[in-house]
Parts: sequence; structure tokens; C-alpha cells
Amino acid sequence: MTKQVKTLDKKQPSRNKSLTVMVLYPARMSAYGDQGNLLALKHRAKLHGYDTKVVLHKPGAKFDEKVDIILGGGGQESDRSAVLDDLSKIGPKLKKLADSGTPMLVICGMYQLFGNYFLTQSGDKLTGVGIFDTYTEDNPKRLIGNIITKSDKLGLLIGYENHSGLTYFNQGQAALARVKKGAGNNGRDRTEGARTSNVFGSYLHGSILPMNPRLTDELIRLAAVKKYGEFSPNDRIDDSLTEKARRAAQKRSR
Amino acid sequence: MKNITKIAARSAKLLTKAKGSGGSALPGLVIEKLEPDFLSRTLANLPHGVAVVSGTNGKTTSTKTVVELLTTAGLRVFTNPTGSNFTRGIASAVFCEIEKSGSFHFDIAVLELDEAHAVHFVNKVAPRYFLLLNVLPDQLDRFGDVNTTAGFLKTVAKETTNGVVLNANDSLLNKVRSGDKVVHFFGYDSNLTKLFSPDNERPSSDNKPINPDVVLKKISGKKVVFNIGETTLQLSGAHNALNSAGALALVKVILGREFNAKKMLRALSNVKPAFGRGEVISVNGKPVELVLVKNSAGCRMSLAAQNNEQTATMIAINDTPSDGRDISWLWDVDFTALKNVACVSGVRAYDMALRLQHDNIAVGSIDTNLRRSLSRFISDNSSSNFQIYCTYSAMLKLRKYLGLVAQVEKAL
Repeated sequence: MTKQVKTLDKKQPSRNKSLTVMVLYPARMSAYGDQGNLLALKHRAKLHGYDTKVVLHKPGAKFDEKVDIILGGGGQESDRSAVLDDLSKIGPKLKKLADSGTPMLVICGMYQLFGNYFLTQSGDKLTGVGIFDTYTEDNPKRLIGNIITKSDKLGLLIGYENHSGLTYFNQGQAALARVKKGAGNNGRDRTEGARTSNVFGSYLHGSILPMNPRLTDELIRLAAVKKYGEFSPNDRIDDSLTEKARRAAQKRSR
Repeated sequence: MKNITKIAARSAKLLTKAKGSGGSALPGLVIEKLEPDFLSRTLANLPHGVAVVSGTNGKTTSTKTVVELLTTAGLRVFTNPTGSNFTRGIASAVFCEIEKSGSFHFDIAVLELDEAHAVHFVNKVAPRYFLLLNVLPDQLDRFGDVNTTAGFLKTVAKETTNGVVLNANDSLLNKVRSGDKVVHFFGYDSNLTKLFSPDNERPSSDNKPINPDVVLKKISGKKVVFNIGETTLQLSGAHNALNSAGALALVKVILGREFNAKKMLRALSNVKPAFGRGEVISVNGKPVELVLVKNSAGCRMSLAAQNNEQTATMIAINDTPSDGRDISWLWDVDFTALKNVACVSGVRAYDMALRLQHDNIAVGSIDTNLRRSLSRFISDNSSSNFQIYCTYSAMLKLRKYLGLVAQVEKAL
């Protein structure tokens, strides 16, 4: 018992190691459990020995470039149009951060807007940030249900999808994972999500990070290496509960 | 009603009884096929017509409230049993009533309808009144997104002939409002904004200023103050206080000049929680409260309403279609109001436990088996009262299991 406490102590935040997490448009682009991603990131960073500072970026506010990880979530169509102006302003800055290796995770609505464009059902073309070489077309039929995908690097990614946009890749764009059960990017090519440098996009909520700690750890590792030049993971984290939740989720029908 | 329809519906009723399935929709299905205008004809003859109650959260309790207030005012009120809010379920209920008493002598029908069923219903029967409590993200696995839900409700508002009652504080209000309708409102005073939407950064709807008919002005414990007077509720939580304002506003529209505020507020103080919605069941002399949770907004309000630290807590999360397949909303709720949770159960027990772990809340036992978990929970002798937060299908099962050890009102 004492031993365990000591190990944990070593990993408690110390020497002011800290990661700044930015959440893009928390009021507008946050749906279906996006809160869980921030919670999991904070929880997991602490276990690895990092404090977290959270910055909320709202439309029209000054963009703070001193960030280590960026999160973005989903939203309704009206929310999407409400952030579009600001997104076009901060787009080049986001791109620069992406090029320099800043890890980001964008889900659903923000994943779509990190591509080249989003085509609404009424034919409006909403310009995206263009970090992913993708485009999304809104579709009358929604893709809804439990989803399991497999990533070579991160293993099984488990979650729930609910989107009407169908996302397609231009040549050379890498997917985040392959669909094992569910629809994924467009229900056709078995790809799910996208990855460009250290930016991850996905349709999985559920929420994705608490249910998929390897992805959470990867974001933290990338951020830590970029900021401190090294990352020594806490390899004594007890993941038994997460494993059981993952097993239960995998057994659920679509 | 034609004789042939009657005979066929009777047989269907007997058949369901014999099968013991408890499904009440079959007679209604038969009636729908044989006599499609049966429901609209029967309900159209009611002197005050039909009032529909819908919205994301609080339908069952608010319907119960409206029924009790109107009954106190002297009206004979027909209502649909909880859970049978399909159009054919209502046809079944009307048929059973006619069978029971030989006629359908009511002044008004007050019907609880979920958002999608309400659209089907108004295609058959135009309601005279419509109370819409709120529009929140819920059942997105079924409806896709909340704008679809709002679209359903707009149709219902459009078809309503006499009085539409809306929540003045609902952020999706404009999506529901139909321009040419006379609309009545209920709402809360601006001093309560923090209570109802603590982190609401959404611009509030850009309506012209609204003067609600009934305004909730103050809540202290179970004592509530409205612009039309004050009363003490048996229902707990701010959400129930606001929904009571909605019920009062609807009753005010229905009764018009006959509305007696004092009498109605007194009747409101007698309304007890509905089936599984904060319903308290006594087990071995100790109160066990069943709290239905199905989306983040409702769960947040229910957690805010609980204030007794001596209460032992159990949470049961299922993910069947009636619960909502997507349980992501658990991550949008702050559970820190709970100091610890004795038992976590349901098909997604481990997801729930993982969620609580992220809020640093101690969990006693995790067991996906509801029955085992429940008996462990209520056999804990150190607690004097118990509360169970549960999704819909878990609630039905838990209630059944509680019925084996305690006297419980028969499930409809």
C-alpha cells in the first residue's frame, strides 16, 4: 500500500510541468459528451505527472498561440455557421500550430471544419481550415450507432457516431482508423477519421478519450515531447475499469 | 363505434391479456385499421377538446399535474397511461374506458405525447391546446439532432387550434413558434437564470420581450413563488417548479375566467411525483426514491435537487432504444454533487463507473445485474433513505424487483 502511494507521488504534478489545453468554441461546438474529452485529458495528464491549464477560445476572442493541445467538438448547423467567421480568422494560426506538431483532437462538427469545406444540404459551401485534405457533404440520412474502428498505432477505438455529413478524402490523406463495425467517414470506404501530422479528427464520441486511453496518452505524449523534449509515461495506471467499459461497449449491437 | 370494430378490439384485448405481454397497443391497432376515424371522432366530441403535453423533460409529471388541477376545477379529465403515447396506445385507452363505463363522458383529454408521436397524433386529431415544456438534446440516436425535434414540435404548434403554451426561456423557442399563432408563455424570473442555465453562453433567443402568463419568481426548498401566488410543492427540484408554472399556464388558458389561482395553487401542493419520476417507494419502512434520468439537462436538474447527504445512491444505466442507445451524455453531467455512489448497475455499469472515476467519486460496487445490485443496495442497513438514478428500461425493471419486496403501485 505504502509502496503504491510512493509511486503515485512520483507522478504527482511537480517541477511545474504543465500542459495548456485549448477548447475551441466550448459553448457552440460541444455536443454528445465532448466534455468527456477534456475531463479525460486532464485526468490522464495528472496521472502522467502534468498539470493542465484550460483555455476556452470563444468566437471573436484573441487567439492565444501558447497552447500545447487543442480540442474541438461537435455542433448543430446553426452553431457551425456561428463560429465560421472566427474560424476563418484563426485558421492560418491553427495551421501553423499543426505544422509545428501541436497535437489536436477534433470531433464531428469541428473535424468537418478542419477539412477543406463543408457542403450543406441547401448547397452552401462552408470553407474549412484545410488542415485535413478532406471535404464533407451533408446528407439527409444520418449515420447513427455504436462504432468500433481499428488503428494500427492505437488499437481498437470504440465509441458512438451520429452525423449527417459524409467525409471524403483527397489523394494522400491518411485515415485515423479502419471501420470494423459502423459507418465511419462516409459509410462506403471503411475509413474513419483523419490524421495529418499530430492532428486527429474523428466522428467518435462516446466520449472518445475516456473510452480510448491510448489515444489520450498519445496526445499527452506528443504535447510533452514537443514542450519538454521528453515523455516518461506512468506505466502503472490501473486501466481495469476502462477495459471493462470497453468490453461492454464492444458487445453492444450497432 | 361499429359493432364489428368493438368485437375485434375486444378479442385483441383478450389476446394481449392471455399472452400476458401487457402491451396495450393491440386493440388500438385493430381499431385504427377497422375504423380510422374512431379516435378523432370520439375526442372531437369532448366539450374542451384535447390538450397535448410535450417536450424533452418533465412530460409525465406535468401531464399528471394538469390532470389534477383540471379535476380540482371540476372537469372530468381523460388521460393516457404513462408509456402508451403512441396514437394507437391512446385509441386502446379510449376503447378500454368505453368498455369499462359504457360511454366516454369526459370534458377534456390531456395527453402526454413524445415529440415524434405528437406529430402522428396531430395528423389525426387537431388538439385545442398544446403545452410545450422544453426542447433539449435527447434521444439523438432516434431523432438525429435537436433541430429535427424542434421541427416536430413546430408542426404540433401549427395544428393546435386554440392555445399554444411555450417556455419563454427555451433557447430553441424560435424554431418552434409558428408566426400566426396566439401564444401564451410561462417562464422564470431573470434572478433564477443562474439556477436554470449556469453556463449558458448561447445568445438567448432574439424574441421581442415576452410577458409570460405564469412566472416562477423564487424557489426556496419546496416553497415556490409564482407571479400568481405561492405554494409548497411535493415535487422536488427547480425543473419541477418551472414545469408547474407551465402546467398552471396551460390550465389558465383552458379555464379562462374560471381560473381560480388560489384554488389551483392549493391543488398544485397536493400533486405527488409520477411513476418512477422521483416516486418514493417504501421498502422495509425506508424510502427508496426512483429518479428517471435520460439526458444531460434532466440529470443535471435531478442532481441539483438532491440535498440530503445521508441518502445512499445507486445509478443504473441501460442503453436499449427506450433508454437512448447513446450514453455519451453521461460525460456532459457533473456528478460531483454526489459524495459517493454505493452501487452502479445496468448494461453500461462500467461506463458509469468510469465516468464517476473522472469526478473522483468513490463507487461501492459495480454489477451489471440489476436485481443483484438492487438487493445489495437496499440491504445496506446504515442508510435511512435511498435514491436510484436510472434510465427508462432500468427503471421499469427496478420497479418490478422492488415490487417483490414492497408494495408498489401496479405498473401501467
